[in-house]
Amino acid sequence: MLGRTAGGIFWMFRYLERCENMARLLEAGHRMALTRNTGSDEEWRSVVTTAGLQSGYESRYDDYAAAHVVNYLLRDKANPTSVLAMLETARHNARMTRTALTREVWEATNIFWMRMKEALARPVRETDLPGLIAMIRQQSAQVRGALHGSMLRIDVYNFARLGTFLERADSTARILDVKYYVLLPSLSFVGSSLDNVQWETILRSVSAEHAFRWLNAGDTRPVGVAEFLILDERFPRSLAFCYQKLFGNLCYLEKDYGQRMPSHDLADEIHNGLQTQSIDAIFESGLHEFLTDFMTCNARLAGQIERDYRFYG
Amino acid sequence: MEQPTPAFDEMLRPDGGARKAYSDYAAWFEGQQLAALRKKAEEADAVFRRTGITFNVYGANEAEERLIPFDIVPRIVGAKEWSKLSRGIEQRVRAINAFLHDIYHRQEIIRAGRVPEELIAKNSAFLPAMIGFTPPGRVYTHIVGIDLVRTDDDEFYVLEDNARTPSGVSYMLENRETMMNMFPELFSAIRVREVGSYPKNLRRSLEACLPQGCDGRPVVAVLTPGIFNSAYFEHAFLADQMGAELVEGHDLRIIDGRVAMRTTQGFKPIDVLYRRVDDDYLDPMTFRPESQLGVPGIMDLYRAGKITIANAPGTGIADDKAIYSYMPEIVEFYTGEKPLLANVPTWRCAEPDALKYVLANLKELVVKEVHGSGGYGMLVGPAASKAELEAFAKKLKARPGNYIAQPTLALSTVPVLTKAGLAPRHVDLRPFVLVSPNGIEITPGGLTRVALKKGSLVVNSSQGGGTKDSWVLED
Repeated sequence: MLGRTAGGIFWMFRYLERCENMARLLEAGHRMALTRNTGSDEEWRSVVTTAGLQSGYESRYDDYAAAHVVNYLLRDKANPTSVLAMLETARHNARMTRTALTREVWEATNIFWMRMKEALARPVRETDLPGLIAMIRQQSAQVRGALHGSMLRIDVYNFARLGTFLERADSTARILDVKYYVLLPSLSFVGSSLDNVQWETILRSVSAEHAFRWLNAGDTRPVGVAEFLILDERFPRSLAFCYQKLFGNLCYLEKDYGQRMPSHDLADEIHNGLQTQSIDAIFESGLHEFLTDFMTCNARLAGQIERDYRFYG
Repeated sequence: MEQPTPAFDEMLRPDGGARKAYSDYAAWFEGQQLAALRKKAEEADAVFRRTGITFNVYGANEAEERLIPFDIVPRIVGAKEWSKLSRGIEQRVRAINAFLHDIYHRQEIIRAGRVPEELIAKNSAFLPAMIGFTPPGRVYTHIVGIDLVRTDDDEFYVLEDNARTPSGVSYMLENRETMMNMFPELFSAIRVREVGSYPKNLRRSLEACLPQGCDGRPVVAVLTPGIFNSAYFEHAFLADQMGAELVEGHDLRIIDGRVAMRTTQGFKPIDVLYRRVDDDYLDPMTFRPESQLGVPGIMDLYRAGKITIANAPGTGIADDKAIYSYMPEIVEFYTGEKPLLANVPTWRCAEPDALKYVLANLKELVVKEVHGSGGYGMLVGPAASKAELEAFAKKLKARPGNYIAQPTLALSTVPVLTKAGLAPRHVDLRPFVLVSPNGIEITPGGLTRVALKKGSLVVNSSQGGGTKDSWVLED
């Protein structure tokens, strides 16, 4: 396949993943804003920070009113990574790589874009938010379903998955990092209602509240939440899960192309680290440091894949 | 606008009965509810949108992607009419290829005084880079689209030859696909010749023109200007259907004397390039230096026989509107036969007598730019206002050599489905022709374009025209 096509597919699925993550983030933020008795602005600020859009946002708005944040993240033309803008890019890439996709995947992506474009044509009111989030979730699932159900398991599919999991790993790490301090075993916070609410936000941001309860009922240690999101290979948004997948996708390419590339070594290294480290060791050497380091490695891997498979030249 | 004579209705006779080719369809139509058919038409639109069968309009911003309106009433051609038509098309396409070979070699037709030399020498569509070179398989126009109009039961005219990169074939295929999904019962009741093997035939036809020294299965790629091109959907569609790579100029580079595409595993040579990029943009080293769409140096490799380019560069000299008026002579010169398909009578405004006539009769004529396409820069006399006529007369006088004029033909009509039921609209037909060393292959049917405005004669999609599925009946 063409390097440009591989790159197009890779980024298409990164953007689709990012759209979905944004929806989860908005959902968690909204829920927190509704259930807290003090002002909701703090929650919305945290949502914007987690999305990594603080400076862009603040150059446009002076407050963190729900309506502003929601519209900025979903549809504001001034935000190049609004959900609508990212969907547009994903669909643009899908058109560009149309021959590598099945009709099902293309149509699901096109319909996703058509629906959202229509739904986001006007400013979003708070009452619309749950419906919109449900729509993003549903449409994302359609694309994913079409991908799994109709695509050949060849290089194309593996590049799509690489994009998905690199993006997802970055997103989960970022969510953890923004709130890492509430997970630290600091004496002053233990048992206070603040951190319970904060852990819940973290879990909700990755749609993990149910999964966490299912596996760890009764575990109220903040370290448990961190362990779950970093090291538990059973949870599909954990860092360990993402790297288990990335490792597999790269193995496929190595075997299929008959050539081992530098990205394979890099992925192995990160993957091994996640398999062998304990959560205590991570806390010992610093959760924030671990997460920052992880995000740097993750980005380096993405860049290496780009070069190894000639996305741009 | 008012028609001077009533146009030929392909479905209905003046007494209201259905013509032979439409008899089965008309019988089926009798039993349908208008409301249900209107609903089907809306469904078809939704299908086209979802599938992304859209085209981009040059210069339009926000509403960048549009649908070409699709009408659900088929255009039907009987078996006998088709076989006569296809003989004419084959003859014409054969002549076009012989003409191209001659014009880039000995130019016998000029020596014989049948075509004026300056028409070739001064024509920007003539590529000196092609002189003395014979493309692989001796094929110049691998794909041709012949635009036909009908004026009577038995009268077809060639309006235009498209010998460069004719487009529209994806609509032919998708229209049929849509019709079969919506009205399967029609296809069980009526034997319609299939068109779906076109992509397979195209691939086979291109492979048959492989460059010398290519062993094994040739690597075929489709070269597109990119996603913003108005025909991008078609480029992607054909590449997909042929199992070929869809490449852009920046994917290609010359490596070890071959044109190669950048894949995830390094550069891979291409044997046959079906390019949907104009000559001018194909090679910045030979043509437009600023072009980003082509491959620097590809013309040198082409001439060295390292790659097949389809269609060959320089074929535009055969479909130029100034050459068009010489087509009857061209057909006769190379085939030794009288042309089976008629040309529309054409005044070459470069000739003073013709210009005088055209200026005096502007209101009755259609005037076209010699190098124009897509209905741009065209005057339809009977539909033009006085001011438009005057403005155009000025342009004509300033650059007469830039224009040809033709009588306004009473184009045939085929009914379209409107809110009030069936209503006649003018149509043309573009059959698609594949040329390979093994022969000429014409897909039965083609693309029917229909002017959706009542009375309008302009069928171009860029000017509000729509399309129809085109049926050729089995014998």
